[in-house]
Amino acid sequence: MSVRIESLTKTYGVQNAIDHIGFTIGQGEVVGLLGPNGAGKSTTMKILTCFMPQTSGEAEVCSFNTRTNPLEVRKRVGYLPENNPLYGDMYVKEYLMHVAGMYRLTQPEARVKKMVELTGLGPEQHKRIEQLSKGYRQRVGLAQALVHDPEVLILDEPTSGLDPNQLVEIRNLIREIGQQKTVILSTHIMQEVEALCPRIIIINKGKIVADGNRESLQRGRKGHEVIEVELDGSLDTGLIRAITSVLRVEVLPGNRYKIEATAGEGLRKSLFDLAVNQNRTILSLNVQQSSLEDVFRQLTQS
Amino acid sequence: MYSLFIKEIRSFLSSPIAYMVIGVFLLVTSLFIWVFPDYSVLEFNFANLDPLFVMAPWIFLFLIPAVTMRSFAEERKSGTIELLLTRPLTDWQIVGAKYLAGLSLVLLSLLPTLLYAITIFRLADPIGNVDTGAMMGSYMGLFCLASSFVSIGLFSSSLTDNQIVSFVTAVFLSFFFYAAFDSLSLMSLPQQVLLVLEYLGIAQHYEGMSQGVIDSRDLLYFVSLNAFFLTLTRYVLQNRYR
Repeated sequence: MSVRIESLTKTYGVQNAIDHIGFTIGQGEVVGLLGPNGAGKSTTMKILTCFMPQTSGEAEVCSFNTRTNPLEVRKRVGYLPENNPLYGDMYVKEYLMHVAGMYRLTQPEARVKKMVELTGLGPEQHKRIEQLSKGYRQRVGLAQALVHDPEVLILDEPTSGLDPNQLVEIRNLIREIGQQKTVILSTHIMQEVEALCPRIIIINKGKIVADGNRESLQRGRKGHEVIEVELDGSLDTGLIRAITSVLRVEVLPGNRYKIEATAGEGLRKSLFDLAVNQNRTILSLNVQQSSLEDVFRQLTQS
Repeated sequence: MYSLFIKEIRSFLSSPIAYMVIGVFLLVTSLFIWVFPDYSVLEFNFANLDPLFVMAPWIFLFLIPAVTMRSFAEERKSGTIELLLTRPLTDWQIVGAKYLAGLSLVLLSLLPTLLYAITIFRLADPIGNVDTGAMMGSYMGLFCLASSFVSIGLFSSSLTDNQIVSFVTAVFLSFFFYAAFDSLSLMSLPQQVLLVLEYLGIAQHYEGMSQGVIDSRDLLYFVSLNAFFLTLTRYVLQNRYR
């Protein structure tokens, strides 16, 4: 087990930031920690990186306890905190050498060179960090988290504030890294999780509300079917609602209707019949999978 | 720890603060030693560096807090403290590295004043007729005093994420330990209290060493004072940021 958390609780004053959460993450897994702002994602990560002690419960990284053996844990964890704090007045290479020095790497130069290559910092490596664009800073943040070849990588919102191109680049980088390492990343962007993480843990108000792979989470909502239908003219929504299995109808622009119904074969046939009766032609008909976003909203809204 | 120490030194040397501090220190001390008629060695015709050792504590009182005010306050403001505290370093190593870096800067500013010492040595009549012991004691005392200011500065910096607050706190605490205890001991209080007050102040121990008497009690005082503030710093580091 790379990471093991058991009944972990952190209390700020009277508020429980996280409340008896527990999970284990195997070696090489890439896990997305999902949740609304303030759900307890960062708190969990800060405990795992030994930045902050927990109020109660246990956390282990590579079988080392964060409370009793913090130095061993820290050696094995690479951490990119939220907002990616860096020393702006240092040069990229100088900074990475400094970090490598703190981990007492035997061949810091070679390692730093490798990281510069891996993160694509080559053309920027002789600049001051404060001169870099946000995307490149994020790369520096990733490089410093990786320089000591950690077994576990903890990334707190690694892609926040990046433009779409940078987003794709950083995601590709994380995907590449994720092939060899255990990665825990937090985010509240659904597409990111879908793109990167086979396993998802959803936290809400300090509690784990879902833990599983993408498909199983989506299946959790099965029994619902969403169909988007496009016609060549308008249709009375009352008629659609009259179909027995229909739960909800949403009118979209361009004679399109989003219909939510209990699952079953009947809906599409009924819709087709209805269209024929009303002298309408169905131009397109899509069965939509209930998206992760729906699952997320359902689980975290109260 | 070594890597952090080097980084701290480099960040001193890559910011204008270090040069300003060293420059101002040398400028002001040399003005007092050589130029201002009220203090100048050349006017008084005594072959000693007393003007340096009288003025230096007061200059350090302002300059050292200016050097140390960044050390933790800035890390906290920029969030880098989170990375620093998740590196495989103990809290003692972090405090120690920053303390040693501050001390090195103090040494760097004291080093050029050896030139004054050599000049005095050569100016004396006959050449070399100076109280070397007193001078060496004074240097040691000054270094001890400066190291105390460094530890006080580090502690003040650990309390806040605002460098100005850190600076003012450090100046106040340093002043209090340097002079206030001494002045308080002039109040009309029972003899025992006065002795304790006087003992707590830096001034008494500094002056003791300035006379060339290296008393182990004075050394013990400085070591304890430094250890006290460094321990406080570590305590704050452990409890406040987390």
